[in-house]
Amino acid sequence: MKARAFSYRRAYTVDEALDAHASNGDDARFIAGGQSLVPALALRLQAPRILIDINHIEELRGVTREGEWLRIGALTRHCEMLTEPLIAEFAPLLRAAAPFVAHPAIRNRGTLGGSVALADPASEFPAMMLALDAEIEIAGASGRRRVRADEFFIDLFETAAAPGELVTAIFVPRFRCNQRICFDELARRRGDYALVGCGMQATCKDGLIEGIRIAFFSVGNVPTRARSAEAAVSGGRIDAERIAAAQAALDSDLAPPESDEVPPAMRLHLARVLLGRLLGRLGEVA
Amino acid sequence: MTPLTSLDRPNSYIGRSVPRPNAKRLLAGRGRYVTDIRLPRMLHAAFLRSPYAHARIARVDVDAARALAGVHLVATGADLAKICTPWTGTLDHFKGMTSEPQLPLPLDRVVWAGQAVLAVVAESRAIAEDALELISVDYEELPAIVDLDAAREPGTPRVNPAGSSNICFRAQLDSGGVDEAFASAAHIIEEEFSFGRHTPVTLEPRAIVADYDPDGGMLTVHHATQTPYQFQDLYSRHYRIPEARVRVIAPDIGGSFGLKLHVYHEDMAVVGLSILLGRPVKFVADRLESFVSDIHARDHHVRARMAIDADGRILAMDVHDATAIGAFSTYPRTSVVEGNQVIRLIGAPYDFKSYRAALEVVFQNKVQTSQYRAVGHPIACAVTERMVDLAAARIGLDPFAIRAKNVIPDDAYPTASPTGYRFESLSHQVCLQRLREIMDYDALRAEQSELRQRGIHRGIGIATFVEITNPSPAFYGVGGARISSQDGATISLTPSGEVRCAISVTEQGQGTEAIISQIVADQLGLAQEHVKVITGDTEVTPHGGATWACRGAGIGGETALQAARKLKANILEIAALVLQEQPAALNIIDGEVVNAATRQPRLAIAEIARIAYFRSDTLPPGTQAQLTVSHHFAPQGYPFAFTNGIQGCYVEVDADTGFIKLLKHFVVEDCGRIINPMLVDEQVRGGVVQGLGAALFEECRYGETGQLLNGSLADYLVPMAMEMPDIVIAHVETPTADTALGAKGCGEAGTAAASACVLNAVNDALAPFCASINAVPITPARVLEALGRF
Ligand SMILES: Cc1cc2nc3c(=O)[nH]c(=O)nc-3n(C[C@H](O)[C@H](O)[C@H](O)COP(=O)(O)OP(=O)(O)OC[C@H]3O[C@@H](n4cnc5c(N)ncnc54)[C@H](O)[C@@H]3O)c2cc1C
Repeated sequence: MKARAFSYRRAYTVDEALDAHASNGDDARFIAGGQSLVPALALRLQAPRILIDINHIEELRGVTREGEWLRIGALTRHCEMLTEPLIAEFAPLLRAAAPFVAHPAIRNRGTLGGSVALADPASEFPAMMLALDAEIEIAGASGRRRVRADEFFIDLFETAAAPGELVTAIFVPRFRCNQRICFDELARRRGDYALVGCGMQATCKDGLIEGIRIAFFSVGNVPTRARSAEAAVSGGRIDAERIAAAQAALDSDLAPPESDEVPPAMRLHLARVLLGRLLGRLGEVA
Repeated sequence: MTPLTSLDRPNSYIGRSVPRPNAKRLLAGRGRYVTDIRLPRMLHAAFLRSPYAHARIARVDVDAARALAGVHLVATGADLAKICTPWTGTLDHFKGMTSEPQLPLPLDRVVWAGQAVLAVVAESRAIAEDALELISVDYEELPAIVDLDAAREPGTPRVNPAGSSNICFRAQLDSGGVDEAFASAAHIIEEEFSFGRHTPVTLEPRAIVADYDPDGGMLTVHHATQTPYQFQDLYSRHYRIPEARVRVIAPDIGGSFGLKLHVYHEDMAVVGLSILLGRPVKFVADRLESFVSDIHARDHHVRARMAIDADGRILAMDVHDATAIGAFSTYPRTSVVEGNQVIRLIGAPYDFKSYRAALEVVFQNKVQTSQYRAVGHPIACAVTERMVDLAAARIGLDPFAIRAKNVIPDDAYPTASPTGYRFESLSHQVCLQRLREIMDYDALRAEQSELRQRGIHRGIGIATFVEITNPSPAFYGVGGARISSQDGATISLTPSGEVRCAISVTEQGQGTEAIISQIVADQLGLAQEHVKVITGDTEVTPHGGATWACRGAGIGGETALQAARKLKANILEIAALVLQEQPAALNIIDGEVVNAATRQPRLAIAEIARIAYFRSDTLPPGTQAQLTVSHHFAPQGYPFAFTNGIQGCYVEVDADTGFIKLLKHFVVEDCGRIINPMLVDEQVRGGVVQGLGAALFEECRYGETGQLLNGSLADYLVPMAMEMPDIVIAHVETPTADTALGAKGCGEAGTAAASACVLNAVNDALAPFCASINAVPITPARVLEALGRF
C-alpha cells in the first residue's frame, strides 16, 4: 500500500513545531524517527494532512548531566543508547534494553522520545521509564512541565502528553554505585516485540534490597510496574522464598489481555518465569 | 599431493563449485525485477478486497471512484468476464475431483476474506488506493466454513452452494493385506497429527506488468513467474489471443518456491485490464495482499496406524489424511497434488508391503492452497518418522537401530514402494551410516544424558526421506494439463567463438543459469565465462516446462548437455573439413580445436566461426555449417527420479518457557550427479531453513469468522538468521542411469525432512516429562500445554 498524500513541514524550534501542530489540529503528526509512524502511514492506518518534522530541532538532541539527573534529548536515537558513554554510566538499564529493540536499521532512526511518546505497551523503553523512575519533559501551549513516568502512561497509546504536545527530553535520576539492574525478555525471534519483557533497578545495601522498581512490558494496555512483586522482595536478601513470593504476587500486578496466540494464563506464567530468572540474577550481584 | 581427478581435466565444470555468474549483479543492485519495469504510458492497478470470508455482493457503487482525477478504469467481475473465459482447477487423472469455475474477479459472491472484488487502474498506485476508499460495496454475509473438521461435517453449509458437498476430491490406496498385518502385529502404534497452514513468503512478492498492443493484437506480459510458457498458453487461451502473439517474459525473480506458478485472480485481471485500456498495467502485490492472496500450503490432519512385529519390523501402515484447500482448487496444477503426494510418500523409505491410505480434500472459506516447496513431503515425512520413533520407543530400540532395520536395503534396487512409486536406486543405508558419523551420534547422546541430570533438556531427532524429482508427463500431462515435462534449448556458436544457450528452464535465484553454463562449457570444451545462458522469455527460448518439482538440473541440464554435444559435433565437422582430418580425431579444449590424442592445439573455434559466418566461400562446395542447434529432451524410463537422504538435528527445549533452541542440523543427501556442490549445499540449506520455519514459526492463524489474524511480517514469523543453527551437509552420489548427466533434483530435500526432524527432536527432549507433541508449528504455547505448565 502507499500512503495517502500529505504535506510536510520542517520545524527548527520547539515553538515552531507546537504552532504548526496547533494550526492543523487533529490532522497533524510530529515525525521523529518515523519507524512507527511511516509504517502506519504506508498501511493507511493513519492519514494526517501534514507531517511536522522535528528532526532538525537542535534542542531535542544530546545527552547531558544536569546535577543528579541525566537529560536525554527526545531525538536521541535507539542506537545511541548502545554507544553513548553517559548512558552506559548513568542509565545502564537503557543500555541493557537497547539491543532488544528491533534491528540495527530501525535503531539507527528510531528515537527515545518517539518510543516514549508513542507508548506502545510492547516496547522496551517506555517500561524502562517506570523502572528508572524517570521524568518526561513535555512542551505544550502552556509551557514546559515534567511528569513522572508513574503518571505518564495512561492507557493504550494514551499518555500525559496531549495530542499536539511535544516530548522534549527524558530525565533519568543518575545511576549510583549501590544500584543494580537486570533486563531480559522472551521474544520468539531476536528483535521481535517480546511475548513478555521485564527490566528492574534495585538499590542495595549490604546485600539487602532497600528498594526496587520492576517494570513489565507486553503484559497489557500500558507498561506496568509490578508493585506487589516489588514489595515481596524489598527489605531483605533475594532468596528462593522471596522469589517465589514475588512470582506469586504477579497475579495481582498483571492482568494480561486475551490474545489469539498467547492466552492470558500463559503470559502470566511466562512473566513469572522471567521474573524468577531476573531476580535470581539480581540476587547474585546484589 | 592429492591424485588428479576428473575435475583436473580442462573445462571440467560438472562437479565444481563455481560462483553463479548473476550473483554479483544481483548483489550490486543491478537486478531487473518486474517491479523495476517502467513502460511508457504505464498505469497501476489496485484491488478492493473482501472483508468477509463468505458473502453475497449485493450492491456496488463505484461512481465516486470513477470520478476521481487520475483514475482510468474501475472494473468489475462482469467487465472482465466479457473478455476472459473461466477456468477450472481440476485434472482428469484425479478421478471425481470437482472445483467451481473461476473468473478474474467474482460476479456476485466472495469466498474468502482478502479475495479481490474490484479493480481500479490509475496514474499511480497511490491514486488507485485513494479510489478504493471511495468505493462502497454492500455485502450480505453468508456462513463461513473455516475449520477443516467443520467443513467435513455432514450438514455443514456449503462453500459453493452449487456443489453437492464440501468435498473436492477423495482417493484411496490399498496394497492389500493390511488388516491381516494389523491382526498379527506384536505392537500397533496410533497417532493423530496436525500441520498448520503456511505460505511461501518470497522476498520479491508477486508482480506483473501486462502490455496489450491493440494495433498489433500483441500481448506482452512481464511476469514474476517460474513458468513463462505455461502462462503464455493460459493468457492465449483465456483471452483468445493466438499463442504466437502472446509473449511472457520472466526477468530476474526474487524467489518462488512454487508460489509463482499458479494462476492468481489479480494477475489474470491485470491482463484483462491492459486489454480493456490498451495500455500497460502494473500490479505488485504488497505484503499484506500477499498474505491473503498468495497460495498457502499444508493444513492437514493425519490419522496414522503402524503395525510392527516384536523385533521392530514395520509390517503395515494405515493412514487417513484430511486437508482443506480453500474455496477453489488452484489452476492449472490443482490443489490436490499435496494430499495425493502425502498418501503416496508415507512410509516410502521403508521396506514393508501392506499399506492403506485414504485422502479427503475439502473446501473451506480461505485462500487456496497449492504446491509449495516439497509439496506433501514434509507431512508424509513427519508422519512416517514420528511413527517410526514411537515404534522405536515402544520396543526400546534406538532411532538409528529401528531405521537400519527397516529402510529399503541399498542392494534391493530397482524396487517399488507399496504405493507404486518405482525406485531406480536409493542409498538409505549409506546415508544412515554417514549421518551417524557426521552427527557424532554417540557423543551427542552422552552429552544429552549428562545435561539432563542438570535440568537441561536437549533432544536428538532424525528423519529419513525420499524426494520426487525430474517428473515425467505422469505428473500433469496425463491429467490434461498443458504443462510440459520436456525442455528445449537452442545453442549457438557466435561469430567470435563464444556460445549462447537459450533454454526453457528458468532462474529464480537458485542458480539454474549457472549450472546450465557449467554443463555447456564442460561438454563443449570452453571456459565458463564464454557461455551466455538466456532464460525466461517465450520469444527467445524453445518451449519447455521451466523450473518446478526439482527438474531444472535433471531435465534442463540434460537438455543443455545433449544440445552442447550436438553443437560440438557440428563444430568439429567444420573443423575437420578445414583441417582435412576426421572429426573423431579432433576434440575441443579451452575453445581450441585440438588433436584428440595429443591435445595439440590446431585451430581456435573462433576461427571456425569466422570462416563459417564470413568466409563460407572457402569451405568445400555443398557445406552448410550448422552452428546453431536446438534440442529437446523429455524424461523417459522412470516416471520420476527419486532422491533420498536423511536429516538429523539437535535442539534444546526450555521447559519453563516452551522456547526451543535449534543447536545444530545435519543433512546427508543423495541427489545423483552433483553439478555444483556449492549450489547444492545452498539449496539444501535454504530448504532446511524453510522446513525449520514450518517446524517452529510459520502458521497462518485464522479467527472464527475466517479472518487471517497474522497476515503481516510482524505477526507471521518467518525463520531468521539469528535463530537458525549451523547446517552440516554431506553427500552420497547415486546418479540416475536414465540420463547421460545423471543428475536428480535437490531443491526440496531440505524442506522435506527438516520439520519431521525437529518434531522428533523436541519429542525426544520431552520424553522425561512423558509429554508429546504431534502438531507443527511447535510453538511455546504448544510445548507449555504439553507440559501442563499453564
Ligand atoms: C520492524 C520494526 C520492528 C520494531 N521492533 C521494535 C521493538 O522490538 N521494540 C520497540 O520498542 N520498538 C520497535 N519498533 C518501533 C521503533 O522502536 C520506533 O522507532 C519507536 O517506537 C518510535 O520512535 P520513532 O522516533 O521512530 O517515532 P515516529 O515513528 O516518528 O513517531 C511515532 C509516534 O510518536 C509521535 N512522536 C514522535 N516523537 C515525538 C515527540 N518527541 N513528542 C511527541 N510525539 C512524538 C509521532 O507523532 C507518532 O505518532 C520497531 C519498528 C519496526 C519498523
